Amino acid sequence: MTIHFVLLISRQGKVRLTKWYSPYTQKERTKVIRELSGVILSRGPKLCNFVEWRGLKVIYKRYASLYFCMCIDADDNELETLEIIHHFVEILDRYFGNVCELDLIFNFHKAYYILDEVLIAGELQESSKKSVARVIAAQDTLIENAKEQAGSLSNMIAQATK
Amino acid sequence: MGTRLRDMIRAVRACKTAAEERGVIAKECANLRNSFKENDQDYRHRNVAKLMFIHMLGYPTHFGQMECLKLIASGGFPEKRIGYLGLMLLLDERQEVLMLVTNSLKNDLNHGNQFIAGLALCALGNICSAEMARDLAPEVEKLLHNNNSYIRKKAALCSVRIVRKVPDLVEYFTNPAVGLLTDKHHGVLIAGVKLCTELCQGSEAALEQMRKQVQTLVRILKNLVVSGYAPEYDVGGITDPFLQIRILRLLRLVGRGDPDSSDVMSDILAQVATNTEGNKNAGNAILYECVLTIMAIEGIGGLRVLAINILGRFLANRDNNIRYVALNTLVKVVSVDTQAVQRHRTTIVECVKDSDVSIRRRALELVYALVNETNVKTLTKELLEYLKVSDPEFKADLTAKICSLVQKFAPNKQWYIDQMILVMAEPGNHVREEVLRTLIVVISNAPELHGYTVRSLFRTMQHWNGQESLAQVTVWCIGEYGEMLVNHLNELEGEEPLTVTESDAVDVIETVMKDVRSSSNTQAFALTALLKLSSRFPSNTQRIKDMIKPHKGSLILELQQRSIEFGAILNRHENIKATLVERMPVLDEATYNSKKADGAGMALPSDTKRATPVGGPDILANGGPKPETTNTLIDLLNLDADETPAHEPRKSAGDHLLSLLGADPLASQNASTNPDNVLMDILSLGSPAPTTGPSSSTSLFPPAAADPFGGSLLDVAAPAAPVDPFGASLAPATGTAPRKTSLLDELDVSSTVPQPPRKASLLDDLGPTIPNANNSLLDGLDSAPIVPATSAYPTIVALQSSGLKVLFDFIKPPGNPQSTTIKASYINLSSNPYTDFIFQAAVPKFLQLQLEPASGSVLPASGGGLITQSINLTNTMHGQKSLLMKLRIIYKINGQDKVEQGQVSNFPQGL
Repeated sequence: MTIHFVLLISRQGKVRLTKWYSPYTQKERTKVIRELSGVILSRGPKLCNFVEWRGLKVIYKRYASLYFCMCIDADDNELETLEIIHHFVEILDRYFGNVCELDLIFNFHKAYYILDEVLIAGELQESSKKSVARVIAAQDTLIENAKEQAGSLSNMIAQATK
Repeated sequence: MGTRLRDMIRAVRACKTAAEERGVIAKECANLRNSFKENDQDYRHRNVAKLMFIHMLGYPTHFGQMECLKLIASGGFPEKRIGYLGLMLLLDERQEVLMLVTNSLKNDLNHGNQFIAGLALCALGNICSAEMARDLAPEVEKLLHNNNSYIRKKAALCSVRIVRKVPDLVEYFTNPAVGLLTDKHHGVLIAGVKLCTELCQGSEAALEQMRKQVQTLVRILKNLVVSGYAPEYDVGGITDPFLQIRILRLLRLVGRGDPDSSDVMSDILAQVATNTEGNKNAGNAILYECVLTIMAIEGIGGLRVLAINILGRFLANRDNNIRYVALNTLVKVVSVDTQAVQRHRTTIVECVKDSDVSIRRRALELVYALVNETNVKTLTKELLEYLKVSDPEFKADLTAKICSLVQKFAPNKQWYIDQMILVMAEPGNHVREEVLRTLIVVISNAPELHGYTVRSLFRTMQHWNGQESLAQVTVWCIGEYGEMLVNHLNELEGEEPLTVTESDAVDVIETVMKDVRSSSNTQAFALTALLKLSSRFPSNTQRIKDMIKPHKGSLILELQQRSIEFGAILNRHENIKATLVERMPVLDEATYNSKKADGAGMALPSDTKRATPVGGPDILANGGPKPETTNTLIDLLNLDADETPAHEPRKSAGDHLLSLLGADPLASQNASTNPDNVLMDILSLGSPAPTTGPSSSTSLFPPAAADPFGGSLLDVAAPAAPVDPFGASLAPATGTAPRKTSLLDELDVSSTVPQPPRKASLLDDLGPTIPNANNSLLDGLDSAPIVPATSAYPTIVALQSSGLKVLFDFIKPPGNPQSTTIKASYINLSSNPYTDFIFQAAVPKFLQLQLEPASGSVLPASGGGLITQSINLTNTMHGQKSLLMKLRIIYKINGQDKVEQGQVSNFPQGL
């Protein structure tokens, strides 16, 4: 079982997050995103959350205005992938406190940091939401401390990434 | 200085048009470039963050890749964090720049700060290339024993990636992976179980070792199932479904093919299957995984019943996701327990009509697996009814499935033909060519149904609405069996009487020809049918001539050629026409089927685009007066022996016909004495062969090869391959095709430039793939006195590794010492089939290289078949430098990419 890539697409088809665990060239990536957003955004609400695509499966779920999509192998557990998506969303929700699309736009790097604590190499690494929250918080503190220590100069740098 | 990240995002979001956005980004990128050029350290951090945002919008960002490396190389955690993120986002494993980061990664892996080590592991796990994986594997392995669980779990998943990239490291990781199974931490367990699964998939030895751990796995699973509420890992009342699913999957691998382990795990599987609540997604995910495991491990009857019952429940679920999963799994169960699945047949057929395309596909797959001789009629009827109302984009799939079912399970030929006509009558062009081909072979083999078929088709054709396949089959049948349409021959009991006049039949063909929707293929069918009808319906000859004429100016070479040549036959060769357009001999169904079975892989080398079988039906489909068997040819020859006096200068295309038939006085001399030789003459094969009548043969070959219209009899019969309605046919065999790839071409050359003995065996190998008709032609050739001389180039082994052998044969076309044709053959020496097989070659500047398409992309295991490919080389420094070539071969074993490279410098001298 492998997740080949993770996509977050807004209802307008804007990309909010992409993570590629299998090699796709830049061109292919653009093509994949275009192709999939066409398929997924046009699916009705009552249909199942799975789309068969190029011999793989794309599992998607809509949360408010965002579609969370993960592409898996044809023989992987679709239901579990849905659960992983939900797991990720819950962690985001706890971190941002009622997460919305704007949070993920302005703090896209943080969404990536969290994803990197949930998945590595397309595999789930942590099933405890609390423990992900803990390590993310610890790393944020580390950044804060570094900022204070380095004084005004690095303060400006850190602000840039806030 | 630039703006803050937040301000840039705002500016981008404020853009109302795409052009405006491009403007903002262009300005921002310019600033970033400047900043990078000035090596601005203070804002590097922020700049890379901006770059990532720009990247996400889809703009090129390669200019910032080095900045990520600089950030990673700097000391602090904040810089490294953003640097690694940029690295993972902006680069992928195929970029050379990535190698530069190996050293930083190595340092960071051993960093005292767990988060910095974590970043390095994460980056390595997400994007490492095979080289990096090999370089850093020891560091990662060390971290598997780290006393920090945060590091251990990341290292385990990182190892998963490493093993995927470098499969021979499996052994190296096996012991530490087993060690992880006793870990207490769930994250480490999840990652550890995953790593074990990955190792088991890659190596039998690892699997053997894992089988000793069944007890451990069962114990972990048991603890999860019986444990009470665990808030940290709880998902909807279930403790850590993720870990449960991963253990179930590993158990599946371990239990498959091993009754002992299967026995050990049966209790816990039963427990999971009965105790897991199926009212939430997490529970269903576990049940689903459990069912898969039960079906895969060594049979325990009671458990199987339990599993199938779960699937039955799933199928009745209102949630589409669950139904999808049920259908998906039932397909796998059908082979184990058909009866159990048959019980749900009505529900499954309903699912074919679901509004959700994903469900429809799965259901169709399942129905397909469920059909057998007893239910084929009812199910086909259902599917055909549904075909009428289904979405256009679903029709192709559905049509293909129906065709395949009908073909496989038809109780009798009449039913088969009836169903196929129904399918073809559906609007849209969804019937595939090979299906048509099979249908035509079947029709051809059912003489008692010829009349019935042509009448049914005629009737259906009255409501024709542009269906290509229907038009082609009808036109072909009318061409072959037109008289039965008119004479009521072979009428079946209960068949509705039908009165058709000769001109009605020609009307049908006219409708097809005049319709704008008819492709050139169909037009070509129609022309051939007209030629045939000209002798069946003498009263319509003039009309037929008039219909053929307009195509003389066709822009499509194929149609123009047919039109001109058929016109010539009709106008000038009235006396031989009747024999020329005799009905096609019945096609050998058995040969066709066996060829179809192994056709895809071993198609003629010339034809890779259509990996469809080439064979008898091609010839038949063209319907032209082709020499199906040697007998027919001899007929023609006899016939033309009567015609010998037809001395005409060989200038026009039509005249070649006669000259090929031996009207040429010299050739005909030969014809009367040795039919085999003439046969070869016609094929322009044996011409320069040393021992055949030297006076007769030389004259034939050059005109046939040079004439752009290839005005030979065989060309009339089987025109140029690319436009041929059914793909490869005899056309390339005539020696006029531009590509020197067809079998007979090889023969052609082999008779002039004698080949080493291996050549002969290669031809034998290829023998079964060419049409039966050609077989007999080849037989004729065998008996022809072609004596291979000794001055040939030996076959060389261009590359040999443990899994692959590449052989080169050489052919030197006469007249051009600079050029060489290499016939490369690839042989798989391993026990796994290779897929996506690609051969690449590079040569020094003084050589010109042209790779023809390979015969296939799948290489069966253990030399069970080979891929062949022609390589044309031109040595511009012939005589001064010898050939040199570098090879790279890319393929997949079990989905894993593999690359082999080598240099060939052992080319024979003088090439």
